[in-house]
Amino acid sequence: MTRTTIEVTINGMRYRHEVEPRLLLVHYIRDVVGLTGTHIGCETSLCGACTVLLNGAAVKSCTLFAVQADGAEITTIEGLGEAGQLHPIQEGFWMKHGLQCGYCTPGMILAAYQLLQRYPDPTEAQIRHGIEGNLCRCTGYQHIIEAIRYAAEKLRSQKV
Amino acid sequence: MIPAAFAYFRPTNVKEALTLLDQYKDEAKLLAGGHSLIPLMKLRLAQPRYVIDLGRVRELEYIRESGDQVLIGAMTRHVAVETSDLLRQRCPLLAETASVIGDAQVRNMGTIGGSLAHADPAADYPAAILALDAEMRAVSSQGERWIRAEDFFVDMLTTALQPGELLVEIKVPALPPRTGTAYVKVAQKASGFALCGVAVVLTMDQQGVCQHAAVGITGVAPKAYRARAVEQALRGQKLDASVMAAASAKAAEGIDPLEDLHASAEYRAHLARVFCRRALEQAHARI
Repeated sequence: MTRTTIEVTINGMRYRHEVEPRLLLVHYIRDVVGLTGTHIGCETSLCGACTVLLNGAAVKSCTLFAVQADGAEITTIEGLGEAGQLHPIQEGFWMKHGLQCGYCTPGMILAAYQLLQRYPDPTEAQIRHGIEGNLCRCTGYQHIIEAIRYAAEKLRSQKV
Repeated sequence: MIPAAFAYFRPTNVKEALTLLDQYKDEAKLLAGGHSLIPLMKLRLAQPRYVIDLGRVRELEYIRESGDQVLIGAMTRHVAVETSDLLRQRCPLLAETASVIGDAQVRNMGTIGGSLAHADPAADYPAAILALDAEMRAVSSQGERWIRAEDFFVDMLTTALQPGELLVEIKVPALPPRTGTAYVKVAQKASGFALCGVAVVLTMDQQGVCQHAAVGITGVAPKAYRARAVEQALRGQKLDASVMAAASAKAAEGIDPLEDLHASAEYRAHLARVFCRRALEQAHARI
């Protein structure tokens, strides 16, 4: 089957690969580019573990062909912060015990990232609505909500 | 879950897309936001040999006013419908419906045209599209035609669109004065699909008598439907809680409800009646 050349920018780095059109974006990110922070959970667009930002919008990378992302800017969890210098959302998950096993966390954090861009001072209802597409089987969500609140406050104080 | 191999095309305008459709006919599938098609391809329930990606057909992404109608391009994402000031003012029912589709990630990718053309029996839009008496514009290399909402949904996963036709535009009426609308749903917890979703449009005259009532129900039957018996029980009446409750009791009349592991047929019929009443009450309170 013919392959298609795609060019994407992931976390500020440019990549160019020949891919099969049927290659899913999540497999491209993990297996071709080698960024394994993006997790594969349910593979059925439900759990949100594979969430990345595509041109700034949170999407489920298991429900997108890599060829659809040709030309796009993608942010994965590796693009947010780094050891010793966590992004405020990552710090919030750490400080507020927003994770236990950590499997849902990369997707949860990127969903939270979009949420906080849309609502810098979100209500609890807005947070719950904003992470509806992300399932966590450990925390019961309460600590995740507190983590996002923590991040919202920190981000707002940084802007001032 | 790896889809079967396919050849990929990415037209940049409607004309190119139609040429490809004519060339590959029913061996081709149109890819809009992909949130109906890609899951089916991953399960290999769909194995198109050719995929025509409409993602770069920018001419189909718009929401604009035209007289007392609002026109929406078929490639408009759910999030754009949800957040459109024009729709919130002129046709809030559609924006409200879009706001509860799936989840934030799904709404970023999914498109109104893709959802309607897929005609999932548990999709949200069909309830509102029916209640609004919306019209769908389909084009092919032979020309174009408008399809009324009630003619558009033919059966489960089946629309009136013919091979070679492309859904390009949805037309909804700007709502008249003294009109209240509401969309209320109960979602399947994991997927967000509607076990039952009810869209209501109510218009009252100056004496407070119901002039127009339209009720669209999705998730309950193999295809979304208009609850005509409910509408008839409302028209010409002064609406109070008891009139709306009595009308809602007819919400599943003449319907053969779906049954699956999430909800029995009896439960779906029950949901239709309960959520019809809630949607009516909410629409009425918004007039």
